[in-house]
Amino acid sequence: MNAPTYDKPQPDISAVSRPFWDGLREHRLLLQACARCHTVRHYPRPVCDRCYSMDCEWIAGSGRGTVHSWTVNHHPFHFAFKRESPFITLTVDLEEGVRMQAPLRDADASQLKIGMAVKLMYEDMTPELTLPAFRRAL
Amino acid sequence: MSIRDQACVTGIGETRYTRETTRSQAELTFEAALAAIADAGLEPKDIDGVVPYVMGGVIAEDFITNFGLPDLRYSALTPMGGASSVAALQNAALAVAGGLANHVLITLGRGALSTGRITDRIGQMPQFRVVGEFEMPMGTVAPAQFYAPMARRHMELYGTTSAQLGEIAVTFRKHARLHDNAMMQKPMTLADHQASRMIADPLRLYDCCLESAGAAAVVISRADRARDLRQPPIYIGGVAEGHPDSPSTITQRPDICRIGLAKAAPKAFAMAGVTHKDIDVAEIYDCFTYIVLCQLEDMGFCAKGEGGAFVQGGRIALGGELPVNTHGGLLSQAHIAGMNHIVELTRQLRGQAGARQVADAEVGLVTGYGDLGDGSIAIMHR
Repeated sequence: MNAPTYDKPQPDISAVSRPFWDGLREHRLLLQACARCHTVRHYPRPVCDRCYSMDCEWIAGSGRGTVHSWTVNHHPFHFAFKRESPFITLTVDLEEGVRMQAPLRDADASQLKIGMAVKLMYEDMTPELTLPAFRRAL
Repeated sequence: MSIRDQACVTGIGETRYTRETTRSQAELTFEAALAAIADAGLEPKDIDGVVPYVMGGVIAEDFITNFGLPDLRYSALTPMGGASSVAALQNAALAVAGGLANHVLITLGRGALSTGRITDRIGQMPQFRVVGEFEMPMGTVAPAQFYAPMARRHMELYGTTSAQLGEIAVTFRKHARLHDNAMMQKPMTLADHQASRMIADPLRLYDCCLESAGAAAVVISRADRARDLRQPPIYIGGVAEGHPDSPSTITQRPDICRIGLAKAAPKAFAMAGVTHKDIDVAEIYDCFTYIVLCQLEDMGFCAKGEGGAFVQGGRIALGGELPVNTHGGLLSQAHIAGMNHIVELTRQLRGQAGARQVADAEVGLVTGYGDLGDGSIAIMHR
């Protein structure tokens, strides 16, 4: 029997973003920072918009953050998300000063507030792909 | 040097707007373009500049071939999604003011469902490349989902309500019902809006624009060439484009409740030499109700956070203080990516809007909004 195929959209990973995705696969949050002025930037990109350095380093993020905003996706738009709809997608302020978007797995919308503390977790989708998700930080 | 009042809209043209079509985007575009050229009292051979829509299925060369243009000497693209049409006004105004062309044709054709659903189309647009990698894999794949967190945060910070968004949808539907080329003729009440299904909370079905097939076109002429043409010239007094911080992802934008129009609007008002009180009618890009509310704030018609109260009580309806989207907009007329907004503003300022006419409309504005927050604005007058 064939394994079920993964039918959701997959990231088109570039050389610039590869360390971020590799980190998720190892269940680590790696964030790109400027090697010269150490400003953290996300999503990964070639140039530091503060000092224009193209040298970067990767730092370990804490995975802790607070809710900046959210939506509850009722209409899935993509067929592969139909089975989990409705689902909540959070925009989260990470401690490191950048944001991340990922689904929230353990709360319903009535519990959500701006500033609510959340923690990153990792969802292995395929042997090659791990995606971020959030749960409430208790 | 300013380009204030150096360029005019001299011709407008539209096809019928429908949900689906068997005609190509090119056929629709040529029909609207020929109508706009005829409306101006020009011949196709008079067109010496073209700014077609990037996603419109035609390139400048197609106009040479189909219209037999003898000397097309100016062409450009303004790849700003839904902000493209109004950004093209800026581009064309510069071209004619700078003497590079006399009559520039701007076109926009869409095939709606006949050319694929929006979620299929945006996957190919470069402005979605970043979110394609970092957000679409987790299920944020369509514009409603990208914009919902902007609206949600606005609600949480300022107390904006779904009923206030509904007032926008209901008002535009009323306007559409006065237009014989508007797709949505069924009445809509606030209760209908509130009962419409949730798409991406807080955006309901009736907060979302239509998908449409059709085309619209305008001719921009240098002011000294415009005065002798068939229609009264409508002057472009001020025009500007603006890009938000973090333009390619809303998630990383410092203030997700503010968009590129906030940077563009003061420049357009200054160029035109008018104030908000001078604006008699506004055609505002309305891919979603919330985006209208946000633009009213970002243009300075009210303070940030006051948009919800601003749109209530009939202020944005015909007969109100600031009639908005007198043709029904993308929400109720058709989604022609805002070219239909330019056509409607021109009609209003010419005094040709029939039952929808804003009395004594002398000065008006039109905006564009493109993924994921680009803005454009033109202030025009008769």
